[in-house]
Amino acid sequence: MASIALSRPATTAPRAVTRATGESRVVRWTLITVALVFLALTLLLPLTLVFAQALSKGFAAYLDAIKEPDALSAAKLTLLVASIAVPINLVFGVAAAWCITKFQFWGKHVLITLIDLPFAVSPVISGMIFVLLFGAHGWFGTWLLDHDIKIIFAVPGIVLATTFVTAPFVARELIPLMQEQGCEEEEAAIVLGAGGWQTFFRVTLPNIKWGLLYGLILCNARAMGEFGAVSVVSGHIRGETNTLPLHVEILYNEYAFAASFAVASVLTLLALVTLVLKTLVEWRQQRASAERKESVDSSERIAA
Amino acid sequence: MSGRSRAVLPGFGLSLGITCTYLSLMVLLPLATVFARTADLSWASFWSTVTDPRVMASYRVTFGASFAAALVNTVFGLLVAWVLVRYRFPGRRVVDAMVDLPFALPTAVAGIALTTLYASNGWVGSYLEPLGLKVSYTWLGITVALIFIGLPFVVRTVQPVLDDLEVEVEEAAASLGARRWQTFTRVVFPTVAPALLTGFALAFARAVGEYGSVVFISGNMPMKTEIVPLLIITKLEQYDYAGATAVALVMLVASFVLLLTINLLQAAARRRSAA
Repeated sequence: MASIALSRPATTAPRAVTRATGESRVVRWTLITVALVFLALTLLLPLTLVFAQALSKGFAAYLDAIKEPDALSAAKLTLLVASIAVPINLVFGVAAAWCITKFQFWGKHVLITLIDLPFAVSPVISGMIFVLLFGAHGWFGTWLLDHDIKIIFAVPGIVLATTFVTAPFVARELIPLMQEQGCEEEEAAIVLGAGGWQTFFRVTLPNIKWGLLYGLILCNARAMGEFGAVSVVSGHIRGETNTLPLHVEILYNEYAFAASFAVASVLTLLALVTLVLKTLVEWRQQRASAERKESVDSSERIAA
Repeated sequence: MSGRSRAVLPGFGLSLGITCTYLSLMVLLPLATVFARTADLSWASFWSTVTDPRVMASYRVTFGASFAAALVNTVFGLLVAWVLVRYRFPGRRVVDAMVDLPFALPTAVAGIALTTLYASNGWVGSYLEPLGLKVSYTWLGITVALIFIGLPFVVRTVQPVLDDLEVEVEEAAASLGARRWQTFTRVVFPTVAPALLTGFALAFARAVGEYGSVVFISGNMPMKTEIVPLLIITKLEQYDYAGATAVALVMLVASFVLLLTINLLQAAARRRSAA
C-alpha cells in the first residue's frame, strides 16, 4: 500500500484525490456551518443557559442555593447511591464480560440481549417494577410492612432503581473489547502456571483498564443523573429521599428558578467533567490498542 | 478452539453464576412482575384500559413526537457525522466530544434548560413567538426535547461506518465518470444506510421511553401533550397499579419489538460488511 502511494508523483497526487472525492470549498464550508449552527442551537445554547440562569441572582445567591441544607443532603444521597450502584455493576460487568468472551456456551446471544434490556426499558417503567415488587400493594409489600422494612419511598428503593438502570454500562463496554483481544494471553499465563486471579489481575486487567474506566465513567454519570426511575420510587421527601436531579425538579416547580438552575449547574459541571474524562480515556484507549497491534505485529514478524 | 479455552481458562462457573443470578434477580424478576400483574386483569378490562381515549391520545403524542424527532436526528445526525469525519476545521475535536453531551447531562437539567430557552420570554422562544410558533408546553416542545436526547445515537452509529469507508471506492466511482453528488447517493449513502437506520431506531426507542427531559417542556395537558411515561406515573400516584402496568406492558412490548428490530438491523449490517 505505502509503496504504491510513494511511487506517485508527490505534487499532483493529493490534489487529484481531493478533486475526485472531496467537495468544493463552498459546499464544504456550507455543510460545516449548517452542522455547527445546528449543534450550537441544540447543545451549546442549553448549556450556556444553565449557567446564565444559575448566576442570574448573583454569585452569593448561587452559593446559598448550593450550600442550603436540603441541597447538601441531596448531594450526599446522590453520592451514596452512586457509590453503591457503580461497584455492584462493576463486579457484574466484569463477570458477564469474562464468561461471554472467554467461553463458548449455549444461549450466549440471549444473555447479551438480556444485559441490554435495562437500556430498552423506559426509566419510568424501571422505577415502577420496584414499586410493584416492594410497594405497599406490591408482592412483598405486606411482608416488608410486618418486618418494618421500608424500600419504596426510601433510600434502598432509590439504590435498586439506579442499579437496574445502570446495569449494562460496564458489561457493554467490556464485551466488544475483550472479544477483540481474544484469550491467547490468558491461556499462555495459565499454561505457564499462573493462578486464575493472578491471570486476571496481571494479564486481563492491564489490557482492559481503559475500557473498564470508560464504562465506569458512563455508569457513574447515569447513576448520579438518573431522574425518571428514581422519581417513581423516591417519594420526594426533602432532606431524606431527594437526589440532586429530584431537588432540581422540586425547586423548579416551586418557581425558585435561580436556585433550581444553581443546583442544575452542579450536575452540568459533572456532565462536562464526564465528557472530558471520557474523551481523555478514548484517546488513551486508541493509543493502547494501536500499541497492542504494533507489539503483536512485531512479535509475529519475529516469530516468522 | 472453544474446547481448548474451556479446558484452560478458569472462572467459567463463577462468572456465569454471578451473571445469571444478578440478571435474574435484578432484571428478569422485576420485569416479570409487569407481566404477572397484568395477568390479574381480565382481557376485557385490559383492553379497555389500554385503548381508553386519554391513553390513545398519549400514544399518539409519544410515538408521533418520537418519530418526528428521530427523523430530524437522522438528517442532522448524518450531516454532523459527515462533517466530523470528512472535514478538518478548528475545534473539531471539542465539537466531537460535545456530541455526547445529551448522554452525560442529567435529563432533568436538559428539561428545565430547554423549557426556559423556548418559553415565550426565553432566549429562543421570544424570537419564535412573534412568528406564531409556540414551542414550550406544546407538541413541538416535546419534539425539541427528544431531538436533544436522540442526536448522539445517530451520530455515533454513523460515524464509524463513514470512517471505515474506503476512499478507493469513491475514487473508482469518480474515475468512472460519476459526479460528486452521484457518488454520494449511489456509493456512499447505500453503505451508510443500514447504520443510519439503526441510529434512527435507537433514537426512536430512546425517545419513546424518555421522561425527564420531556416532562418539563410538555405542559402535560391530557389528550394534547401528555406522554405515555407521565400517564404511567399519574396512574401509579393514584394507586391504579393495574392500569399503570397495563399501559406499561404495551410500552414494554413496543420496546422489545424495537430492540429486536435494532438487533436484526445490526446483524444484517454486519453480514453485509462481512460479505
